[in-house]
Amino acid sequence: MARTIITPPKGLGLPSFREIWSAREVLWRFGTRDILLRYRQTVVGVAWVVIQPLVGAGIFSLVFGGVAGLPSGGVPYFLFSLAGLLSWNLFASVIDRSAPSLVSNQALVSKVYFPRLLVPASTVLSVLLDTAVGLGLFVVLLFVFGVNPGWPVLLFPVWALLALMAGLGLGMAASAIMVKYRDVGYVLPWVVQVLFYATPVAYALEGAPADLRWLFELNPLTWMMEAFRWSMLGLDAPPLWQMGGFALFAVLLLALGLTVFQRYERTFADVI
Amino acid sequence: MRETAITVEGLSKTYRLNRNSAGVDRITDAVWNRIKHPFARAEYDHFDALSDVDFEVPWGEALGIIGRNGAGKSTLLKLLTRITAPTTGRIDLGGRVGSLLEVGTGFHPELTGRENIFLNGALLGMTRGEIRRRFDEIVDFSGVERFLDTPVKRYSSGMYVRLAFSVAAHLDTEILAIDEVLAVGDAEFQAKSLAKMRDVAKDGRTVLYVSHQMQTVTNLCTSAIYLDRGTLQYQGSVNGALEVYRSSFERYQATQREPDNRAGTGQLRLQDVTLGELTQSPTDDTIVELALPAAPDLIGDYFLSCHINDQNGVVIAQCDSRLLGRWLDPSRPHDVTLRVRNLWLKPGTYSVDVYVCQMGILDAWEGAAAFDVLPSLPYPELTSEDATANGIVLADFDFEVD
Repeated sequence: MARTIITPPKGLGLPSFREIWSAREVLWRFGTRDILLRYRQTVVGVAWVVIQPLVGAGIFSLVFGGVAGLPSGGVPYFLFSLAGLLSWNLFASVIDRSAPSLVSNQALVSKVYFPRLLVPASTVLSVLLDTAVGLGLFVVLLFVFGVNPGWPVLLFPVWALLALMAGLGLGMAASAIMVKYRDVGYVLPWVVQVLFYATPVAYALEGAPADLRWLFELNPLTWMMEAFRWSMLGLDAPPLWQMGGFALFAVLLLALGLTVFQRYERTFADVI
Repeated sequence: MRETAITVEGLSKTYRLNRNSAGVDRITDAVWNRIKHPFARAEYDHFDALSDVDFEVPWGEALGIIGRNGAGKSTLLKLLTRITAPTTGRIDLGGRVGSLLEVGTGFHPELTGRENIFLNGALLGMTRGEIRRRFDEIVDFSGVERFLDTPVKRYSSGMYVRLAFSVAAHLDTEILAIDEVLAVGDAEFQAKSLAKMRDVAKDGRTVLYVSHQMQTVTNLCTSAIYLDRGTLQYQGSVNGALEVYRSSFERYQATQREPDNRAGTGQLRLQDVTLGELTQSPTDDTIVELALPAAPDLIGDYFLSCHINDQNGVVIAQCDSRLLGRWLDPSRPHDVTLRVRNLWLKPGTYSVDVYVCQMGILDAWEGAAAFDVLPSLPYPELTSEDATANGIVLADFDFEVD
């Protein structure tokens, strides 16, 4: 029988992955709970998953494509902004949902022990479901508009995984800090909003002012969007260093998130 | 490799209370303080919830953890179940620890009974296979099978509690920690739960049980530890621990006499609590006299609540002035006389706790007074002792035989 030794927390470190694996059922139950709750007692239910990106993409085509007349790399603007939104949401929705997750489950955190990491991590499930539904719709539209992204589409799961890792890294760090400082809950949505406009999500990189273009090129999220659009719409491939840079960025954010989370994990019950 | 279920060495838990920030609850104040004293280090008061506790628990033991409010019982359980981390020391556990800390914590009101069983089981550390295997047993034990697909928000509180307890009671962990949960449900369910808990210990697993209900500790546990203000005062038999608990009462009473040692906000403190008689016979009325000062700063009326406890700490009666619609005006002092009628106490020693409350507790004076009930039975016949050995109070009863 394996013995468990409990000692005071010290220093930095990575969480015990064996422990997390043995408690994976919690992740699944939390994830399905969130999904069930979101659509229980709603009239159109899961249709909301479809309506939200559609309306979003419609508005962006109208404002950025129609009014501002920004370029969209040759594909229909609606398709262009829908691809952008779906990819962006992989990153942003994970942050939005995981950051407040510990605080909204505080009754559990202060009363039962389980690997706390599973609380923010479980939000990935509902984001995946939303994305899957949105993607189904997107594929239909690809046929309707007759756009063929070609073989780069095979890389889509890689970009999706990296986007989730980056989002979860930030979200985990934010959720751990929010246990003590609720301010994070107010600042974070605003930061994500600013990032959204600073990153070419609803417009193409070519639409950025030429003299500021280098600033956009330095944003790792720009690399993410370019990689996604290459895979989803068959637009020009981003330079290789940007793809590698995005992968590195995602891994670093996830490592940062895990470290911060691990640092605060054992004090959660005392300060929440 | 140790052979014990639990070994605890030099365990301490210290909470840091921020001294200066008491009263700072606005961010503008916090920023202003920082500007005024840019280099001030935050000053902390340290509170030792547990200090330097050592003990061992062999397998198959049901260990009772006894102590007064604030003795560190719940903190100890939280450390053993890993909810919070120790400040110093080391805990060595011989297996998984399942906890039954507060019934229904992992329940979500919008989910159905079935979904909640799976969610709660997972939270308590069961794998999906384990939950599936025990699912029928859990449902059967709880007696809510007809409502399995109803959201638990539509359950009665009794059903809710029964289902939650059932999930936890079917945990297969080697060590099971329980905090005051047997006091749920109706009498039948309580008896069933108690029997279930005893089975757990019989299987060679280990049970940790925290309670104020000395009755259940005596019923359930095979050994006990006694905690007093964060230190371990006794480890051994249940009776021995209860003995220490009783004898600590006088010392406790002396410290509680000092208002600063008492819990509550302190906006109004009792001046004095005296008893009509220090000894009485079982059928006598119990009379408690309370002296309350004026508290002109206090807004709104307050009420009083008075507990009568037996020497094992079981609350025999709660006399709450709200039940009579009596609220007191804080702008002037009061002398209050509480008369408890028709309560036939068994011979023994009793203590009185007095609480002054509004929305929260203003003053909690536990052990404010103590009295003895003389061994004179109010019944016409004298019989052997086993005729009165059971029961918490004496009753005024009749047998009408045709």
